[in-house]
Amino acid sequence: MKAFIRKQRYLIDFTLSSLLRRPGKNLGLLVVYSLIVFLLASVMLFTHALRSEARLVLADSPEIILQRMVAGRHDLIPGSYLEKMGRIRGVIGKHGRLWGYFYDPAVQANYTLMVPRDRQLAEDEAVIGAAIARTRGVSRGDFLTFRSTDGNAYSFRVSAILASDSELVSADLILVSEQRFRTFFGIPEGYYTDLVLNVRNPKELRKVAEKLTLRLPDTRPILRDEILRTYDAIFNWRQGIVFVLLTGTILAFVIFAWDKASGLSAEERREIGILKAIGWETSDVIRMKFWEGAIISLSAFLLGYLTAYGHVFYANAGLFEPVLKGWSVLYPEFRLTPFIDGLQLATLFFFTVFPYTVATIVPIWRAAITDPDTVMR
Amino acid sequence: MRKSDLFILYLGTLSGLLLLSLVDAGNRSHLATQQLAETRREVRALELTDLSLFTEARYTRHLSQSDRHTPFQDHPLALEHFPSGSLVAPPTLLRSGR
Repeated sequence: MKAFIRKQRYLIDFTLSSLLRRPGKNLGLLVVYSLIVFLLASVMLFTHALRSEARLVLADSPEIILQRMVAGRHDLIPGSYLEKMGRIRGVIGKHGRLWGYFYDPAVQANYTLMVPRDRQLAEDEAVIGAAIARTRGVSRGDFLTFRSTDGNAYSFRVSAILASDSELVSADLILVSEQRFRTFFGIPEGYYTDLVLNVRNPKELRKVAEKLTLRLPDTRPILRDEILRTYDAIFNWRQGIVFVLLTGTILAFVIFAWDKASGLSAEERREIGILKAIGWETSDVIRMKFWEGAIISLSAFLLGYLTAYGHVFYANAGLFEPVLKGWSVLYPEFRLTPFIDGLQLATLFFFTVFPYTVATIVPIWRAAITDPDTVMR
Repeated sequence: MRKSDLFILYLGTLSGLLLLSLVDAGNRSHLATQQLAETRREVRALELTDLSLFTEARYTRHLSQSDRHTPFQDHPLALEHFPSGSLVAPPTLLRSGR
């Protein structure tokens, strides 16, 4: 065992010296290789963390939301639908929800106005999301004035700012009283944006939704599962889109790496010939080349992954922000919680380290089994 | 120092950092438990349904609540042009190729 380790160390010594004889070429390869791993790992870590966080925080969203559809569009739903749907087994609570959008021309941003059920607000009072406070430059006690649909201006006193820790779900929220919400948007008493149904047993959700569509055919139930699936699909799709966009780059790298790893230069061919002539065995030459591939690919994997980790979880994925942000004026400031999928990490390791190492060995094996004299000529 | 020693040291350091990143991830997600619980409480109390990641258009703000055709609500040819629209997956039926 000791002899084996000693032999490997000599081989590594030799391989490193050989790599350092062509520093520009090998360093260039390492930088490009690491950059590719960095991009792939960043997308992977970012989407997985965001997907996990979405799944975790939205797990407490309403079990069923019932929207009324008129001519294929979401419309206000009368409160009488709560009685009309009757008693459904498994439903332990039902009520109307009031929320809507408001476009603020001052900062060209869309806000989500909402009536909270967990607190009582005075008519002129508003609780705002941290991103709105930041964008509008307001703090507690300041006033926000908006022009409503009837042309009147309404002032809201900012009584609190929602915790910045929960910005991911509340960045653009403005919580107002029911009275003010109805006056502001001109929504008559007894009408809601949608209805919320609480169901105790998640297994009964589908059955409840079926009953709802039978009893209220002009409505559309949205289940919590569907909400969670929407976000799963979005992040899978987006990860897919980024990978598709990266395909060109990856293919260019694969060609470059394959050419570098599998195509032997005359110099390398001569080197193998000399090694064989001075007594190296074929297996030693292959081992030496294995180390060459392993040194480069392992370094690229580790460097790429570590910089990606820093980028996503310490630099807030700065490179991806413009993609996610789009034209949003209000964008939440959030620090992602690192959720790492071991299988994803192993897949990345396998697909970055294994092919390159194999690609270096095969042509060497071909060259190494030929006669040294032929190789050197 | 031999080159192989330096290499082993270098590889050891990077592998150590990789392990450290896993420990850091575990540690940070443990520390974030409180904050995530707080966010969940807010989601439950305010009955929220979506992440406020895409606030640029009203139909991208609540992706789970909006209809597929909402980008075209202004008029039938009002083509969807907001960047985040391109991040939304097409319906499953289209993706399954049927």
